[in-house]
Amino acid sequence: MSCVTRLKILRGVAGGATRYEVHEVPFEPGQSVLDALRWIRAHTDPTLAIRYSCTTANTCKECMVAVDGKTVYSCTARLEARDMLVEPLPNKALIRDLVTQIAPPDERLQAQS
Amino acid sequence: MHLSTDVLVIGAGGAGMYAALEAARTGAKVILADRSLIGRGGATIMAQMTVAVAVGEQEPDHWEHHLADTLAAGRGLCDPALARLLCEEGPEVIREMDGWGVGWAREDGHMKQAHAPGHDRPRCVYVDFLNTGPAVSKTLRTRLIRTPDIRRVGDLLVTDLLVHEGECVGAVALHLPTGDAITIAAASVIVATGGLTRLYQRNSASANMGGDGYALCHAAGAELIDMEFVQFFPIGHLAPRLIGMDPIMWDPFRYKLGGRLLNGAREEFVHNYGATDEGKYVVTRDLATYAIVKEVEAGRGSPHGGAWLSFEHCTEAELRAAAGPVIDRLAKNGIDLTKQAIEVAPIAHYHMGGVKADVSMATRVPGLFVAGEAGGGANGANRLSGNAITEALVFGRTAGKSAAARALARTSPAASAPAFAGAVDFLMDGTPGSGPNPAAMIEELQALMQKDVGPFRAGPGLERALARIRAMRASLPAAKPPGGTAYDTALVDWLDLRTMLAVAEGVTHSALQRTESRGAHQREDYPGMDPAWQKNQVIR
Repeated sequence: MSCVTRLKILRGVAGGATRYEVHEVPFEPGQSVLDALRWIRAHTDPTLAIRYSCTTANTCKECMVAVDGKTVYSCTARLEARDMLVEPLPNKALIRDLVTQIAPPDERLQAQS
Repeated sequence: MHLSTDVLVIGAGGAGMYAALEAARTGAKVILADRSLIGRGGATIMAQMTVAVAVGEQEPDHWEHHLADTLAAGRGLCDPALARLLCEEGPEVIREMDGWGVGWAREDGHMKQAHAPGHDRPRCVYVDFLNTGPAVSKTLRTRLIRTPDIRRVGDLLVTDLLVHEGECVGAVALHLPTGDAITIAAASVIVATGGLTRLYQRNSASANMGGDGYALCHAAGAELIDMEFVQFFPIGHLAPRLIGMDPIMWDPFRYKLGGRLLNGAREEFVHNYGATDEGKYVVTRDLATYAIVKEVEAGRGSPHGGAWLSFEHCTEAELRAAAGPVIDRLAKNGIDLTKQAIEVAPIAHYHMGGVKADVSMATRVPGLFVAGEAGGGANGANRLSGNAITEALVFGRTAGKSAAARALARTSPAASAPAFAGAVDFLMDGTPGSGPNPAAMIEELQALMQKDVGPFRAGPGLERALARIRAMRASLPAAKPPGGTAYDTALVDWLDLRTMLAVAEGVTHSALQRTESRGAHQREDYPGMDPAWQKNQVIR
């Protein structure tokens, strides 16, 4: 069994060019996709934009991304020792990398001013 | 962008949401800001268990009995006036929440109240099943949406409070989606940003709890009290990695089934530290924490640096009767408790200390108020089980009322945008992408705090931690990324690191000074309480 996960991550900003990047992450059984994204930020690339707050409990609803084309909470999506595709939510406006505009419209600054 | 309001509330957990509602009810215009989504990012929504309140529905009760238990848990260090406020007004806010439809569990027409440790009678209301925090948050979110005088703004990370002629008159914030600096003039500011458990590698709260409010208020001139008192939970989940589960989930298992604590050699060890365990796991939290920490130090920990907790003596039927659907969630994580032990370790759970305030929730800086876990003093050296949500709601309501009254009575003009220029320049200036990785430095700090400023402290470890924290703080300014970039997580990490290091220094310094063991502060080199230390430490 491989002990590495290869995450292919779609990166870029709103209105700009996007690209796929491959990051290798040590795999430990039971980890979440969010664990792997946080590992990348602390160890190889702090510029990767992600968002989350509760980390594990599926309560903050912030960490939604698309994994292999399916919308998931990255904190409860299980990491697997294989190639995995991670992309921002396709139906939300892109902000940066895996961060999309998920705030309700009446909680956004621009919408009110 | 420049905004203006009567009352600015920073932090939208239970305390901040209640504060915003009360300020609006008092007649003020309110901006409720949070770095995450409104009503989703704090600690309240993650609280699963119970809320202590002397409503006297299960058995006759009086707030004075609740106060007596709160003061006893605080080991002589509670601010009696704040503790009284919490206990005396608790019933009002819990009944108001009931009227708003939170859904406190009931039987035979009355609220059900559980008997939690440290209470003299059944006193703790809750929402089934393990749903207290989510229900409280949802109820308050719903009220907010129906209150036109409250403007909710998420994705706004407040980086500085503005003090003008000795008064707090507003705040500067980083607007995360754009990277722009936002200035907010406010006649009153309420800080409700929660505690500091993110300082620790192992914790039970959200990643937003990095002590933001402590650093903001201290920089603005407010005092911090009781910073050395961090509450640890002894058997937080450590391994194997679980998803979708609360790390303090093993407590109900322990109460119902016992559970054997084993060291890395799969031997029982708690009896070596003066307790009888016998598979019942009745040992107290502080002794269990001590025994686990000591076994790990002696090289006898479990593989991930904790202890094994085994339910392998239980049958599947017993486990199901005790934990029901949780057994299925464990199965989805590949865990069968009849066949395997799991690993546990002490985790940071709550912070008793915080910003010093009076019973109107006013700090010593005019115009600056505090609410919830961000405040300190009510819980002394140790928090009584169930008091955290009560504190959030009562202190939130009080702060909202006080802040609104001050704002409505104020006659001086609101701060104008140029007054914020210094803090805005600081936020926007910086050097792109050359410094050390702040996300890695946060992990280093968390490991350092866990190891040397954790549940058991001693002089040499505290000195070592303090020196390293100060060195990290000194290296920080040169590495600041500039503002202006949409969702720049490297900048956010840098700002968080700045906050966390300032707060960590306060915790470590206070822990080093207190040469005794009391409540949640246990010094290996100074065991036992010293009557001369029955006093609070205040950082100015």
